[in-house]
Amino acid sequence: MTHVSIKKLTKIYPGSTEPSLDNLSIEIESGSLTALLGPSGCGKTTTMKMIAGLLSQTSGDVTFDNISILNEKPENRGVVMVFQNHLLFPYMNVLDNIGFGLKMRNVDKEEIHQRVIEMLELVKLPKLEKRMPKELSGGQQQRVALARALIVQPKVLLLDEPLSNLDAHLRFEMRDLIRNLQQSMGITTIFVTHDQEEAVVLADKVALILDGKLKQYDEPDVFYKRPIDEATARFFGGQNFINGASKNGLFESSVGKFKIPEICMKGKGILTFRPENIQISNSKSTLNSVKAKIIEKIFLGTQTRLKLSIDSEIIQVIANPNEVENTETGVEIFINFPPSSLWVMPK
Amino acid sequence: MIEKPTLLSNSFRFITIAMLITWLVLPLIPLAIWSFAKGWFFPHILPKYWSLKAWEYALSDTAGVLDSLWLTIFISAVATFLSILIGVPAGRALGMYKFKGKEIVELLILAPTIVPGIAVVLGIHSVFISIGLTNTVTGVILVHLIPTLPYMVLVMSGIFANFDAEFEDQARSLGASPIKTFWYITLPAILPGIIVGGLFAFLVSWSQYILTLLIGGGRVLTLPLLLFNFATSGRNDITGAIGMIYILPGIIILLLTAKHLSGRSAVGGFGQI
Repeated sequence: MTHVSIKKLTKIYPGSTEPSLDNLSIEIESGSLTALLGPSGCGKTTTMKMIAGLLSQTSGDVTFDNISILNEKPENRGVVMVFQNHLLFPYMNVLDNIGFGLKMRNVDKEEIHQRVIEMLELVKLPKLEKRMPKELSGGQQQRVALARALIVQPKVLLLDEPLSNLDAHLRFEMRDLIRNLQQSMGITTIFVTHDQEEAVVLADKVALILDGKLKQYDEPDVFYKRPIDEATARFFGGQNFINGASKNGLFESSVGKFKIPEICMKGKGILTFRPENIQISNSKSTLNSVKAKIIEKIFLGTQTRLKLSIDSEIIQVIANPNEVENTETGVEIFINFPPSSLWVMPK
Repeated sequence: MIEKPTLLSNSFRFITIAMLITWLVLPLIPLAIWSFAKGWFFPHILPKYWSLKAWEYALSDTAGVLDSLWLTIFISAVATFLSILIGVPAGRALGMYKFKGKEIVELLILAPTIVPGIAVVLGIHSVFISIGLTNTVTGVILVHLIPTLPYMVLVMSGIFANFDAEFEDQARSLGASPIKTFWYITLPAILPGIIVGGLFAFLVSWSQYILTLLIGGGRVLTLPLLLFNFATSGRNDITGAIGMIYILPGIIILLLTAKHLSGRSAVGGFGQI
């Protein structure tokens, strides 16, 4: 179990004036699974390589249990990185690939063999030790790469886009596998991804990095309920933004006054709410209810997406198909905003 | 997918093989016959009398052919080894990294294959005199690096251009030191290139005449020099026998490394040119 702390970590590549990673500071609980989330080129892989020792930092520090690791060589850090494209050594079979880390630690051959067999059971690939990497499917290669990393029992495990190359059903299998192994072995794990869904399904905590800067570091659901700003909300699929001002527990805007949670900020701001948290009804209710006109209705199978206009504002709503069965484009309906689903961000 | 051989591809293959034999094997036949001939004069198609005398002489101590053979093997082996030692890191730099003036470095490395050796070696000769490297085996080995290095560097830069350095990162991350990473990860990946490049380097060094003559000053008597002496003195039978000995290493190396000459290693090398 290792507590990782990243302190003001900065990377400026030679020949560039803008930092690729700018003063990143996060505390990672020992044994937790943390996602570094951001679009490609935001500095997340750079961060990972600096932790692994494969890239030198410009400034800042990384500590494991309060001891700086930045002066250690990559092979002595107790960090193993699993790359996105698996990088199984093509000249070695599965046994030698998974056993590579142990061989480098001078573990004897018998023991390596036994531990690889055990590891293959854990990643649910029994009896594949003789196969060559090119004889494995993408999903199997990924599990071999994971086994190869876990077998050395690293202090910190780094995963680069662990689910992104997999199709939907494999994603959940792999997600469960990573979670179970990580939990049972208690390895502090950090992974990077550009996919907010991947971050949300896998991580205990998510660090959103945009343009090299940490935007928000929180539990996954907070990014949906209480995003720190519009860019963050948009990254997580937020679509509804209404300008106005917040005072005395009310948000005043051109389309009406809404009761908002007490903890919301005061002053000029942007009101946001998730498309899936809006209620639709035929009659006006007492609280936070406004009249809206349907301008587009798209049936998506398990849900129906509505585009509504409230005066000049356009909002997106996701509704249960049964609820909106009898409505159609051009019809006026009432929408209710439960106060707890509203959130105000600074402008 | 393997294409079915068609009549056209079959005849094309036949013509190619026939041409290769015509140019590469046929010229060697008279040489081989000469080495076993005792007088072979026009208009006879084959010699009237056969003899092993030329071979007896070539393999005797007095001829110095064997001494010369060992010396030539030594010089070419050391030149090859040094070419590998310099060519692998140089090829890595050219194949994997971008840096200022890379085009100029590439041109300079190719230059010895374009500029005639004799033009360069006259300048080097005067330098070597002043530092006492003329007439020495060391001097000859060093000057052989001029034509051998380009081949080694070109082949290795092609190999490294196709090599994913993240494999090395992965190995380091799994606990391998830089030396172990090179041994277990990098070396197996670049070995075909080292073999192909080393083969070229060896054969290029093996066939040097002018460079050896000028820098060795006639004291460093390699096989091509010896062969030339006999050829100019009109002893066709002995020339034939030495000629046979001279081409032997090339054929042996070619057979030993044939499987590495095909496919991606060789293509990788030439893809760069």
